[in-house]
Amino acid sequence: MKTHDKAHEPLLHIVKRSAPVWWRAWLIRVIAVVAALIFSGVISFLLTGKNPIEIYATMLDGAFGTERRIWNLFQALAMLLCVSLAVTPAFKMRFWNIGAEGQALIGGFAAAACMLKIGDALPNYLLIPLMIICSVVAGAVWAVIPAFFKAKWGTNETLFTLMMNYIAIQLVSYFVQIWAVPAGSGKIGTINPNTMAGWLPEIFGQKYLLNIIIVVALTVLMYIYLKYSKHGYEISVVGESENTARYIGINVKKVILRTMLLSGAICGIAGLLLVAGTDHSITGDTVAGRGFTAIMVSWLAKFNPIYMIVTSFIIVFLQKGAGEIATTLGLNHAFSDIITGIIIFFIIGSEFFINYSIKFREKEAQTK
Amino acid sequence: MSVAIELKDITKTFGSVVANDNVCLKVDRGEILSILGENGSGKTTLMNMIAGIYFPDHGQIFIDGEEVVIRSPKDAFRYKIGMIHQHFKLVDVFTATENIILGLEDQGKYNLKKAAQRVKEISEQYGFEIDPMKKIYEMSVSEKQTVEIIKVLYRGADILILDEPTAVLTPQETQKLFAVLRKMRDSGKAIIIITHKLHEVLSLSDKVSVLCKGKYVGTVNTAETNENQLTEMMVGKKVTLNIDRSEPKNCEKRLEVCDVSCMNREGVKLLDDVSFTAYSGEILGIAGIAGSGQRELLEAIAGLQHISEGDIYYHNPKTGTTDDLRDKTPLEIRELGVRLSFVPEDRLGMGLVGNMDIVDNMMLRSYRRGKGMFLERKKPKSLAEDIIKQLEVVTPSANTPVRRLSGGNVQKVLVGREIASSPTVLMAAYPVRGLDINSSYTIYNLLNQQKDKGVAVIFVGEDLDVLLELCDRIVVIGSGRITGIVDARTTTKEEIGLLMTKTEAYKEDKAHENA
Repeated sequence: MKTHDKAHEPLLHIVKRSAPVWWRAWLIRVIAVVAALIFSGVISFLLTGKNPIEIYATMLDGAFGTERRIWNLFQALAMLLCVSLAVTPAFKMRFWNIGAEGQALIGGFAAAACMLKIGDALPNYLLIPLMIICSVVAGAVWAVIPAFFKAKWGTNETLFTLMMNYIAIQLVSYFVQIWAVPAGSGKIGTINPNTMAGWLPEIFGQKYLLNIIIVVALTVLMYIYLKYSKHGYEISVVGESENTARYIGINVKKVILRTMLLSGAICGIAGLLLVAGTDHSITGDTVAGRGFTAIMVSWLAKFNPIYMIVTSFIIVFLQKGAGEIATTLGLNHAFSDIITGIIIFFIIGSEFFINYSIKFREKEAQTK
Repeated sequence: MSVAIELKDITKTFGSVVANDNVCLKVDRGEILSILGENGSGKTTLMNMIAGIYFPDHGQIFIDGEEVVIRSPKDAFRYKIGMIHQHFKLVDVFTATENIILGLEDQGKYNLKKAAQRVKEISEQYGFEIDPMKKIYEMSVSEKQTVEIIKVLYRGADILILDEPTAVLTPQETQKLFAVLRKMRDSGKAIIIITHKLHEVLSLSDKVSVLCKGKYVGTVNTAETNENQLTEMMVGKKVTLNIDRSEPKNCEKRLEVCDVSCMNREGVKLLDDVSFTAYSGEILGIAGIAGSGQRELLEAIAGLQHISEGDIYYHNPKTGTTDDLRDKTPLEIRELGVRLSFVPEDRLGMGLVGNMDIVDNMMLRSYRRGKGMFLERKKPKSLAEDIIKQLEVVTPSANTPVRRLSGGNVQKVLVGREIASSPTVLMAAYPVRGLDINSSYTIYNLLNQQKDKGVAVIFVGEDLDVLLELCDRIVVIGSGRITGIVDARTTTKEEIGLLMTKTEAYKEDKAHENA
C-alpha cells in the first residue's frame, strides 16, 4: 500500500499560549458574554418567537426591578458567596470538597436544634452565641471526617464528601418529622414565631443586612488568609504540588485536616445564616444546591475571594432574571435554565481560549 | 532471511533539539536487534516513529521492502508492528483477556470465551505463564508486561518493539522474558529491544545498533563485538569543555552514607547496600543510567525516602557532633542544624511551585520564619531581586510565575535559592539538563564556588564529559548498587561507561577511602 499523501499534519491543532496577557484575557471574556447573549437571543427567538431584547429587559427587571428584589438579590448573592468562600480553601488545596451542601445543612440543623429545644430557656444574648458555636462545630465535624480518612488512609474525598451530603439530608429529614412544628404536620414551620428566640437581629430594619455584612467581612478575611498568612501559603503549596510540600517539610496531612476544619466551619456559618438569619425554619433543602453551585463560583473566580463576588453575582443574577422570564413572559422554567446554561457555558468555555489558541495547518506552499 | 523493517535517514526535531539525526536501521525476520544508547540518545523517539506515535520530519520507512507511511498507531498495527511501552497502558479493573481485546475492531460479536481461548493458545505457543481471567490490579509488574506482549501478538504483530523491558524485572523474570523472546525469534518474528544493559545485549541479541546523542553510530553483529567496543561506541569521543576545577581543600568527612537500602511498594530494591562518603570542599559526582537509584539516593539523604536498612551520618562542622539522618523528616533534619540544600531533578514539580512568582518561591524554605501567622515578603523579595541580578535571570519581574520562565532561568532561581541558605551539603540532580551552554556554565561556576567555600557538593549528572571535568570523585551507580568509585582526574569515559552498565556491587577499596 503506497500513499504519497504527505498531509500528515492534522488540519488544526491546539497550542498553549505562553504568556496570557491580561487585556486579551478580559477581551476574550467580554466577547464570550456578548456571543452568549447573541446566541441565546437567537435561540430564544427561534424557540419562543419573543423579542430577545424584551427577554433581557425582563431579566434585568427580575433582578433589579424593585427595592425588594435588589435586597433579595444581595441576600442570595451573600449566601452563595458564603458557601463559595467555604469551599475555596479546600479547592485551592486540590481537596475536592463537594460536601459543602451537607456541611452547611448540618450547621443550619445545629442552629435549628438550639432554637427548637432551648430557645425558650435562654435569652438571645446567650442563645445566639451558643448557636454560632454549635453550627461551626457541626459543619467542621462534617468536613473533617472525610479529611481524616483521606489523610490517614488515602480515601477518595470526592465520594466521601458527597456521601456525607446524603447523610446530612436524611438526618435533617428525620428530625423534621420528629420535631415538626406544628406537631404532626410533617415539617418545621417558622420556629419561635412569637418570641423570635434565636433569630439573628435585624440591622436598620433590614432583614438581610446582617447576613450581607457578615459575608463581606468573611470575604475580606478569606482573601487576607489565603494571600498573606502562612496557612494560606501552605494551602497553595500543597495544592500546587504535594511533592514540593514534602520537599520543604510541610506536614501535608496536618494542612489537609486544618483546612477542612476551616472549610466546614464556614459552611456551618452559612447554615446558621440561612436558618437563623433568613428562613427561621429548616428543611432538607435549606441549602438549595448552593453547596454545588459554590464549586462553580469558586472555580470561575480561580479561587480568588474578591473575584468570587463577581462570579457569584453573575450566577445569582442569571437565576433571578431567568426566573422572572418564566413568570412574566409565560415561558416555563426549563426555558430560563436553557438561557442560564448557555451563558455559563460560554463563560466557562472562554477560559479555554484564554489559555490556548487554535492553529490551522499552514498551506503546503508555505512549508516548502 | 528477508528484511522486515528498514529505516532510512530518519530525522526528527523537537524545536531546536535534534532527537534523531539521519538514523538508519535494518531488522530481518527471525532476528533480535538491540538498540543501545545513553539517556537522551533518541532511542525511544525513534521507536515511537515506527509505532506511529510521532511522525518523522524526513526519511523513509520500508516494510518488507516497500515504502510505507505510518501516521498513527492504527497504521502501525496494519503493518503488524507492535510496541510494548516502558509504562504499561492497561485498564486496572479489567482482566488480562479484556485488556487484550480492548479497542480491537473485530467483525461479529464480542466473544470473551473465544478470546480467552486464543490468549491461552498464544501463551502456550511462546511459553508465557498467564491466567487470562486474572485482573490487572492483582498482577505483578512482570505479569502486566506479559499481557502487553500478548496484546500485540493477539493483533498479529510480527515486528515487536520493546522499550526497556527489563528495567522493571527481577533477574529471574528477565531470563524468562528472554526465553520467550528467543522463541518468538525462532518463529520468524522481528524483534527490536531497547536497553542500556550491555550483558543483556550480548546474551540476547543478534545485532546491535548504537545511537549517540541522536546520531546513528553503527551496527555490529553481537557475535563479533564485546563490552568495550560497545561502550566506546555508546559514549562517543571525549569532548573538552574547559570547566575550571580547583584542587579540593580542607577535606573533612561531611556526609557518610552507610549500607543504605530502600525498596519500592512491590518490594523491589531501589537502593541496595549503598555506601560512600562526601567530603567538604569537593564535588562528588554520581554517574549512572537514568533510574538506577540516583533519585532515591538523594531523596533518602534529604529525608524524603524511607530507608529500609542503613544509616546516613552528618558530621556537623560547627558543633563537631554527628547526627543520624535516617527516618527524619526534612523539617527535623533542618531543626538539627543540618544545612542541607537540594536541587531536585523535578524542578517545577518539587523544587519550585510553577504557578507562584519568584518571590513566593524564595519563601519556600524560609516562610516559617518570624512570629505571627502572616507572611513576611520583604526579605524574600530582596533575595529574589539579588538572585535575578547576580545570576542574570531573564524575567519581566520578580512577580512573574516561575513556570513562565525558560528552563535555564527556572534553574537559576532554584539553585540561587538553595545556595542562599549557605549550605554545608549541596545536592544537585541533573542541574544542567535542558539548559543552554551559557546557563550550564553559570551553574558549573556556582557549584565550583560552593566547593571552594568548603561545601560538600553532590552532583548527579548524565553527561560524562561534564562529570569528568567538574567532579573530583565519581560514584557510579547501576541498578541501585554502587558499581565503582573513581577519581575523576584519572578515569576515562569508557571506564565509567562500562561501570554504568554493570550490576555487580563494587567492594570499597581502602585506597579510595583514605584519599
